[in-house]
This record gives sequence, C-alpha cells and structure tokens, in this order.
Amino acid sequence: MSKAREWRKAYGLRWKRRRLLWRALRKRREMSAVRDRTDAIAPGDVLLFAVVRNEIERLPHFLDHYRRIGVDHFLVVDNASNDGTGPFLAAQPDLSLWQTPHSYKQSRFGMDWLTWLMIRYGHGHWCVTVDADEILIYPYHDERSLKDLGRWLEVQGQQSFGAIMLDMYPKGPIGDQSYQPGDDPFEILSLFDAGNYTFTPQTDIANAWIRGGVRARYFFADRPERAPTMGKKPFVKWNRRFVYMNSTHSLLPCRLNPVHDLSGSMTTGILLHSKFLPSVIGRSLEEKERAEHFAVSSLYDSYYEGIAQNPDFRGPESVPFEGWEQLEELGLMARGGWK
Amino acid sequence: MKLFPAAPSDPSLGVILLVHSSLARAAQVARHWAESGCPLVIHVDKAVSAQEHAEFRRALAGLPDILFAPRLRCEWGKWSIVRATQAAAEIMLESFPEVRHVFLASGSCLPLRPLADLRAYLERRPQTDFIESANVEEVPWIVGGLGQERFTLRFPFAWKKQRRFFDAHVRLQRRLGYCRRIPEGIVPHIGSQWWCLTRRTLTAILEDPRRREYDRYFSRVWIPDESYFQTMARLHARRLESRSLTLAKFDHQGKPHMFYDDHLQLLIRSKCFVARKIWPKADLLYNTFLQTRESQPCPSEPNPNPIDKLFASARERRVRGRTGLYMQSRFPAPGRENGLTCAPYSVFEGFSDLFTDFETWLSRTTGARVHGHLFARHGAEFEGGQDVFAGGLSSSAAVRDRNPRLFLASLIWNMRGEHQAFQYGPDDSPEAGHLIAQDPNARISVITGAWAIPLFHSSLNFNVIRKIAALRQRAEAAHVDLLRSHATRARVRIWSLAEFMENSMENLQIIADTISPRAMRKLTEAPRLANLAGFGKFLQDLKNHGMHPYMMGNFPPDNIQPIRLRPSGARPRIMK
Repeated sequence: MSKAREWRKAYGLRWKRRRLLWRALRKRREMSAVRDRTDAIAPGDVLLFAVVRNEIERLPHFLDHYRRIGVDHFLVVDNASNDGTGPFLAAQPDLSLWQTPHSYKQSRFGMDWLTWLMIRYGHGHWCVTVDADEILIYPYHDERSLKDLGRWLEVQGQQSFGAIMLDMYPKGPIGDQSYQPGDDPFEILSLFDAGNYTFTPQTDIANAWIRGGVRARYFFADRPERAPTMGKKPFVKWNRRFVYMNSTHSLLPCRLNPVHDLSGSMTTGILLHSKFLPSVIGRSLEEKERAEHFAVSSLYDSYYEGIAQNPDFRGPESVPFEGWEQLEELGLMARGGWK
Repeated sequence: MKLFPAAPSDPSLGVILLVHSSLARAAQVARHWAESGCPLVIHVDKAVSAQEHAEFRRALAGLPDILFAPRLRCEWGKWSIVRATQAAAEIMLESFPEVRHVFLASGSCLPLRPLADLRAYLERRPQTDFIESANVEEVPWIVGGLGQERFTLRFPFAWKKQRRFFDAHVRLQRRLGYCRRIPEGIVPHIGSQWWCLTRRTLTAILEDPRRREYDRYFSRVWIPDESYFQTMARLHARRLESRSLTLAKFDHQGKPHMFYDDHLQLLIRSKCFVARKIWPKADLLYNTFLQTRESQPCPSEPNPNPIDKLFASARERRVRGRTGLYMQSRFPAPGRENGLTCAPYSVFEGFSDLFTDFETWLSRTTGARVHGHLFARHGAEFEGGQDVFAGGLSSSAAVRDRNPRLFLASLIWNMRGEHQAFQYGPDDSPEAGHLIAQDPNARISVITGAWAIPLFHSSLNFNVIRKIAALRQRAEAAHVDLLRSHATRARVRIWSLAEFMENSMENLQIIADTISPRAMRKLTEAPRLANLAGFGKFLQDLKNHGMHPYMMGNFPPDNIQPIRLRPSGARPRIMK
C-alpha cells in the first residue's frame, strides 16, 4: 500500500510543479523589461535572480559581493520601488532589469516572476536566487568562486546547494546604529546566535525544516512553530522544468531538496541576513500595513510591532562574526569533503 | 609532424600528454614541458571539436619535438584510452631514441618543480619504473568500485551513462557465476593511471610476443587504464617502485580532488613533481608553476604527507561528519549518528533532593557547568537561572519540547570543551529519560527514592503528598527499569537512598572523579545534607496510608547519620 501511496504522492507533486510552471508562464505578463542585457549571458555563466523593493541602501554592497564571488549576470525584478532603486539598477552594466507594480504576495512572494525568468534564462546555468538582504558565503568563498563551487557540487552529484539563513544583529538597539550604503553591513550587524537551530524532516518532499536564530529566540519562544524558516537552497544548477516551491526553502522535483548527508556531512553555506539594519524599524511598520510577506500576515503583527520597538537582541550568548572558518567550526556551515 | 630535428637540451625524459578538455590550459602546460626540453607526444581526444583542435595546434606551433598521436575517441573506463597511450608510446620510442624515461601525464596535470629536478631524479634511478601497482586480490585499493571483478566480468555498458544497465548486468553475471578467464601468466594489478616507465620496460610491454592476446583480454576489462600498464609492468620491470610521481587525491567516491589557488603553499611544500587535477581557473597555480625557473636543482624527495593528511581529514569530515552535530549539512539517520551528542555529560537524579546545595557544590568541586532540571515541565533550568543559554538556546518549554533530542545535542555541542551536568527526576519529561538512556555519552547517577525528601519537607495536605509520591514512585520505577535494560547505552550507577547514605562520602568521591578524572583529588568538602530527622517516620506514615514507598531501600527509621568526611585511606573503587 505504501508503494502505491508514494507513487501517488510523487505524481501529485509532479502536477504541482507543472501548475507552478504554468502560473509563472501566466504571470510573465505582469513584468516589463526596463533594461534587457541578457544577450551578454554566455554558456557556463553564473546568474543571480532577485526581486527587490526599495533596497537602494543594500544594493551597492550586494552587487559588489556577488560580483566578487563570481556572479556574471544579475536578473532583477523591481517591485514598485520609489527610492531610486530602479535607475540605480538600470545603470549597472551586468544587470538586466524588469519592473512590475503587481502584488508580491500574489506572485508567491515574487517566485512566479523569477520562475519565468529562470525558465527563460536560467536553463543549464548555476543560478543564485536570493533577496537583497541575503549575502551568500560558503567555504573558501574568499579564494574560490561560485563556478568552482558549482563544479565541485557537480562532481559530487549535487545539483543544489544548501545554506542556512543567519540573522545578524548589532551590538545594541537596532535603530541606534548608522549605516551608509556601500558599507559592509556586517561591520554593524556583527552578532549572531550560534547554536539554537532545530530541524524537522519534511518527509513528503525530502526536505528538512530548519528554524532558529535570533528571531526564533526573541520573538517566537512561546510559539516556535511560527518562527521563520531558515534553511534555503539559494544555489542550483537550473533546469527549465525546476521550480521553487516555498520561497527558496524547497524545490520541485524533490530530489533537489536533500542538501544534507545521512551519516557524514555535505558541503553547505550561509546566507548572512542583513535584515536588521536601522531602517528595518520604519520598514516593519510599513510591511505590517502592506501584509505582503506571510501567508497569514496577521499572525505576525506582534513580530512587526516587536521590531518597531527598537529591540536590543544582544546577550552574553551572542557570538561576534569572524569569517567562514568560524561558522564552519561552529557547525553552521560545512566543508563536507571540499578541501 | 616533427618541427625541429634537434632537441635544445637533454631529451632523456619524454612526456606523453593525454588531452581532452580545457585545451587552453593543456596548451600552456604542453608549452612548458616542451620549452624545458622534453620531447612530447600529444594525444588529443577525437571528441574535441576541429576548431578547438586547430587552435590548440596553433598555440603549440613553432615548438620543437612535439608529435601528435592519431586521434581516438576516448571514453571513460574504456579500452580506447589505453590504445591511445600505446600508440603515443610507440611514436615516442620510435621518434626519440634518446628518451630513457617516458612520463604519462594529462592536460590537467601541472608540473610543480623544474623539470631539471625530475630529470636528475630519474637519472639517479635509471632502471626504476615508477608505477603504482597493487595486487588486486590482496589490497582494497579501489575506492567505490569493483575490485577483482573488473577482471572477471564483462562490461558492455558504460558506467557513466548507462548506470542501471551496468549495475544490472554486473548483478546478473554474479548470479550466474560468470567468470572470464584471465590469460595465463599475468596477475591483475591496479593503480594510478599516471606512470613513468623506463624505455626498456615500455618497449618490453609494447613488444611482448603475447601482446595481441593481452590486449584482447584487457580491451574488455573495466577501466583498463588503471590496470593494463600496471599489470604488464609487473611482468617486465626490473626495478619497480609502486608509487606514482604524479600527486593525485581522490575523494570517498573515487572522484579526483581539484587543486585550487589556495593550495599553492601546500603544493610548493609537497615537493611533488607533478600534481593533478588542477582546476582550470586556478590562475595563480598556473602562473606560479609554469613560469620558467632557473633555480638550482633541488634533490629533495617528494613529500606528499601534509597533503595526504589534509585530504584524509576532509574525507573523514565528508563521510563521518562531526559526532553530535545536527545541521543542514548533516542530519544523520537513526543508527548512523555515530553518537547522539558530541561529548560526555553527567545526569544526576535525586542528588539535589538529598543535598540542599548539590548544584553549587558540584560546580565548585569539579568545575563542571551544572544545570538544574533541564527537562522540567515548566522550562529548562539553565545554570544560574538564565533564560537564554550558550548559542541562544531558549529555556522555553515549547521550544525545547518540539525536539528534546536536538535541544540536548545543541546544548552539549554549544558547550563542547566544558563538562555539562544536569538534574533529572520523576517529574521531568519521560521522553528525555529515554533520550539520555540511549546516549553512550551520558553518565547517569541515580539515588532512587530521594524524591520523597522534598515531599517530607512540604507543607501540603498529606493526601496530596501521598498521591504525588505514588506518581513519582511509578515514574521512577519505570525509568530505573529502562536504565537497567539491555537497550540502555548510557553509563549508569544506581543507589537506593539507603544504600547511598551508608557510604555517602565515598559515593560522592566516585562522582567527582568521573567528571574530572585527571584531578583525582580527595574531597575536602561535603554538600549540605537535607534535614532528615523524622524521615523514617514519614515513610512509615505513607505505608500506613497504603502507599508503600520501596524505592528508598531499607530505610532505618529515624536513624540518619550526618555525613562525615571519610578518613584518609584507600581510594574508593570506581564502578562502571
């Protein structure tokens, strides 16, 4: 009986994937190209896909970082920014820009738009899919590029790469810091929670549900089941039939989801999360109004209000960030067999 | 196509270069070999496009002593790669009569030392063949593949592209008991495909009177490039050194490791002659090692040990992971954890009931981090009553109870380097009791029946006390049964309250010694005993009300001695 049921479930997921692809196909009309430089994409290039909204503050460092680790072309969807994000992005030489005024939530948190772009441009490339406040690091990232990493993963038979999102926070109340665009945000956001992550296997899609970090500790200690999901798969050797199912937390087909090993250790990375820059306070009130970020947004009102109260996350257990070797030592990222 | 008739310098070392990808890099390396005065025979895979091939030829135009072998399509694990090598070797021996050693390299091999060093090294060993060659029956050389069966089965399907058919066919042959005959006189040997053979040996292999027979046999062996020359050399070599002069590392699946720019210092220090595989984009490595160096010849022996160690540790990390760590990268399936937690820790049951200041006493005498009841129903009682403990662990019961196992593993992991101790009792979550019992890192010390002491002191209604006592006794009895069962992997010591009291100082000494075994100091200070005057009568009262407390053992009614320091003398026996 279980065989038949498994088969049925697998078939259901296959249809789900097709539905999501179809949805992306329909939603492509919501976007219009502002600057299309996709001709410059060469075979073997590493591409980065992102949806942004009012991120002028983070983008200079974001672009710098990803260029440094070997992203060749950026494909960005601008979702109704009004802080100069659009013109700034359009002026970048290695970036193609689309814009859309439509609902982020209705587009599965931007995933429908990106899925279409990935169908169109990502096929056969290693693709990074991140938000503007997510900085991907991985073992040896200061010497080895994403291409090197991609090749290593291919040799290992891995098509996807896992990374835990690490909520970074400052030494003091979050609103009392000052940040200049272009600076490394992790000079200010230098602390993190090192050892409070939990894992719940999601057997139906071969995924692991990871929660923890400072938001889980500070805002969700009484309802851990609501804490944000921290496990992501931001780097995938893309195929036009693939689709991100739930943000970048999980993928279809399911075989892309296991980024762990059942006895040893796979290579994984970290997404340094620069959410808690000082501007987050104003933003969280705005996001509470927009209600565009969670499926049932009202459940998160107290969370937004908590951020608006300018909290100080620091505690004796906070660990100052020193580099990838430190994160590897702590067990948050892993070299696996990469040496 | 021989461009220059005369070699510019000492042509005693000839190089056969097998090239199939990253042609620009291969051309760079070929140029380096050629400019150092090595005659070269290059085989370019037929799969390389005409345009790329033309570019490659153009890049090497004008260099002396480069010949090209007839191009074959070399498929991984197939005979054609040996065939190409044979053809190239024939050309080499025929066209360059002064060559005394022939070195087989690929386009992704990189010479690390000046070729003069390698030449001098070989000159000192003119009769020696360097070829890794292990007897396949005796040595498990092969990583993640077939061993002896490579030589006795048939392999019509490609392992890389037709894996299912390959596996099924192997299974079928095993079931049928199929076995190829190995030609008489040869003993299958296997080893790295990168060798350096003397002219004598190589000639003998190529001109062996039975070569047709051997070739026919090996053409159907799996991955013959790792066994043909390795086996043949055993027939003909005079002095065979079973090691490769080419440094190559493999991972646990037998796939080659890449060398990147950051391995530069490691490679320099290794003093190896040639390394592979080099990541084609490792500009620093190529630039450093390919610049012509007029250095003095350096006679040092290759020493790949540091590299071996490093890659062995990486492999260990990949295959076994880090014990007691649960992460995105590592989520061991049950039974494959190699340990639930990463370090030993102690669990005390009943001690904090019997001694009023047990926790502070324990941390003072042993230096351990002593927590209260970590699995108390109302939340985790971290050391010092902290709400948030190391790593950001929350004391919230909701968070902990979502996954007690990971809670415990994280706590021990976050505090690795320091011994952790915590209290456990019949009121705490029974799931945690199961957890610690299964963990070989747990050192559990139990005083059964001590839970009655707080009840004895409490001012609750006697009926309530009686009910609580019954619940606790039942819970503890079940827990102790579990600890005594065969499934338990923790190290367990169990005393009844009465037993413990008989010799309490000695028992405390045992506990202190297990936490800090090296210290082995005699205890000078005892924890404060709870007031037990009247406790025997209290137990009798419980009995009189029908609730027979038996976990305490035979408790002497109203006859409790205060603890005294044990006089100096024999050390207590450490019990397992």
